Amino acid sequence: MSRIAEERPFSMAFFDVAIPRAAGTIEEAKSQGKKVVGHYCVFAPQELIVAAGGVPVALCATKEEPIADGEKVLPRNFCPLIKSSYGFAITDKCPFFLHSDLVLGETTCDGKKKMFELMGKFKPLMVMNLPPSNKDEASQTYWLSEVARLKAYLEDYFQVTITEEAMAAAIEELNQERRLMQRLAGYLKHDPVPFSGQDLLKVLWSRNFVFDRAAFAEQVEELMKELDERVAEGVGATAKGAKRIIVTGVPTGVGTEKVIRILEESGAAVVFLENCAGMKQFIRLVDETKTPLEAIAEKYLATPCSCMSPNPDRMELLARLVDEFKADGVVDITWQGCHTYNVEARVLRDYLKEHRGTPVLHIETDYSEGDSQQIKTRVQAFLEMLEDM
Amino acid sequence: MILRNIVAGIDAGSTAVKLVIFDGQQMGFWQQPTGWSPAEVTHQMLDQALREWTISRGDLRHICGTGYGRVNLPFLNTTVTEIACHSRGAAYLRPGVELVIDIGGQDAKGIQVGPKGRVLDFVMNDKCAAGTGRFLSVMAHALGLDVSELGAYAGGEEVSPQPINAMCTVFAESEVIGLINRGVDRKAIVAGLHHSVARRVAAMIARFDGDGPLLFTGGVSRNEAIRVALEKELKRPVEVNEHSPYAGALGAALIAWEKA
Repeated sequence: MSRIAEERPFSMAFFDVAIPRAAGTIEEAKSQGKKVVGHYCVFAPQELIVAAGGVPVALCATKEEPIADGEKVLPRNFCPLIKSSYGFAITDKCPFFLHSDLVLGETTCDGKKKMFELMGKFKPLMVMNLPPSNKDEASQTYWLSEVARLKAYLEDYFQVTITEEAMAAAIEELNQERRLMQRLAGYLKHDPVPFSGQDLLKVLWSRNFVFDRAAFAEQVEELMKELDERVAEGVGATAKGAKRIIVTGVPTGVGTEKVIRILEESGAAVVFLENCAGMKQFIRLVDETKTPLEAIAEKYLATPCSCMSPNPDRMELLARLVDEFKADGVVDITWQGCHTYNVEARVLRDYLKEHRGTPVLHIETDYSEGDSQQIKTRVQAFLEMLEDM
Repeated sequence: MILRNIVAGIDAGSTAVKLVIFDGQQMGFWQQPTGWSPAEVTHQMLDQALREWTISRGDLRHICGTGYGRVNLPFLNTTVTEIACHSRGAAYLRPGVELVIDIGGQDAKGIQVGPKGRVLDFVMNDKCAAGTGRFLSVMAHALGLDVSELGAYAGGEEVSPQPINAMCTVFAESEVIGLINRGVDRKAIVAGLHHSVARRVAAMIARFDGDGPLLFTGGVSRNEAIRVALEKELKRPVEVNEHSPYAGALGAALIAWEKA
């Protein structure tokens, strides 16, 4: 841990304070008359919020503290992410939920779907219904109608017109950001990795909490300049030749990076975060040559989430990432109660074994630290096994 | 005086600390309940072992530690996970072993073993205590028995096991108490518990098919009834060795031997 702390890039300082500072900046944005739209997941078409002149803010909760409040209403054996999100919502302890004029929900799982029914009773809420698949034309047509419904909803709610030009501009802006994040993540192709997976997560997660996108991009550029120097000098967050691990599975944001932390403390190099707290949303761009609304619908529906059935894109993506980032192993994290990722862990393990011979460690856990020692044993045994291969 | 190469392997588990001393030929085995301080228990055991072998702490060329307590033992030269240690230990106890089932105080593991005791793949229970020694301890307590008595108490083929449906330790305890109150034969309940553990572990290791040698290790391997129940569930022979409970410490000693 100390080594990571000592050898962190100096430009991480901005991202270290970005989230704590955001509580203040969101109030500022509100006082300037900005419309804040909270959303929960990477299926939320942020371009439409931006094109409506709104500020999108991610509400997906990563703290253990509100779970007890969430459990007063929701079943205990629910996924911790939903319990935490709901706990924050009913107690008004999350400034971002509190200051959201409108909340955008997406029916990515049964738990969230039913949770939104309860949330809609005390918060202005627009729920987008996802089709169960992204492969057939009927699902694609249906999703386009949901995206169009969101557009109409935002126009009506905020009394604005979302023009084609505004959508095109938002697409361009967010695509630029996606390319920026791809470049940043690309630094982890080096050996040793010039910065840690925990720091990559912090930058990606901060993205949700810096409302001045240009200022944020500038800071990422600064960080990359420093990373160039570190690469040139061979300075790494972990030792050269460390076992290279791709993290996938459920969202593990800042606050729930337990497994990523344990991996790095155990000497592994975390070379990619495939999950939706990580790079999932930044990998695919919105097609700028198509009609904006259709292009937006297409990009978001193509998100390789386990809620899609079947979900071959995630398997193929991970196989590609294993090659690109020269990964030795994959760690697949499931929150307790997340059935789709839990089942898909078997599918992924078999797929990577067959197509790449890459071992997968599946870890089922929650937001508490109670199982840290057990996870540590498993992670260390996994690394010992990779060392022996 | 002849200088001997002597090493030690320590497996500080959640329930018992095991110690193996090895000089390349002879092996000594010791164990004690972990209690509240694994470090103190380990110190005592080491002192006892050193006295019995008439050697001093300085004669130990390398000490390798494993098990949950390993993080709190200051005198270790190296630490290795219990997965790697059980794999190495099992390969020593049973040459050619392909699969290890290790059931300890709070863990149940399946380990696929390759040449030289190398770990090929492994699976381990989550936070949940179902299918572990802890599950059996809680149930033994509810039945007014000591966990060490369970294996012999269950009886043989003549007892038809009472199915225990709850997998969660807390719910299973309620279920057992309910069965006691209904007057169900205690032997049948114990047999049912053994099957419950075997079923759970068999489901966990289902992906490791094959019919090569399988060694049962860890503290729970002392329970013969579980070995039999595992054979029934897995439909393949399940072997134990008299030193099965020491497999982790033994593996640690072998790793220490390599490093010394």
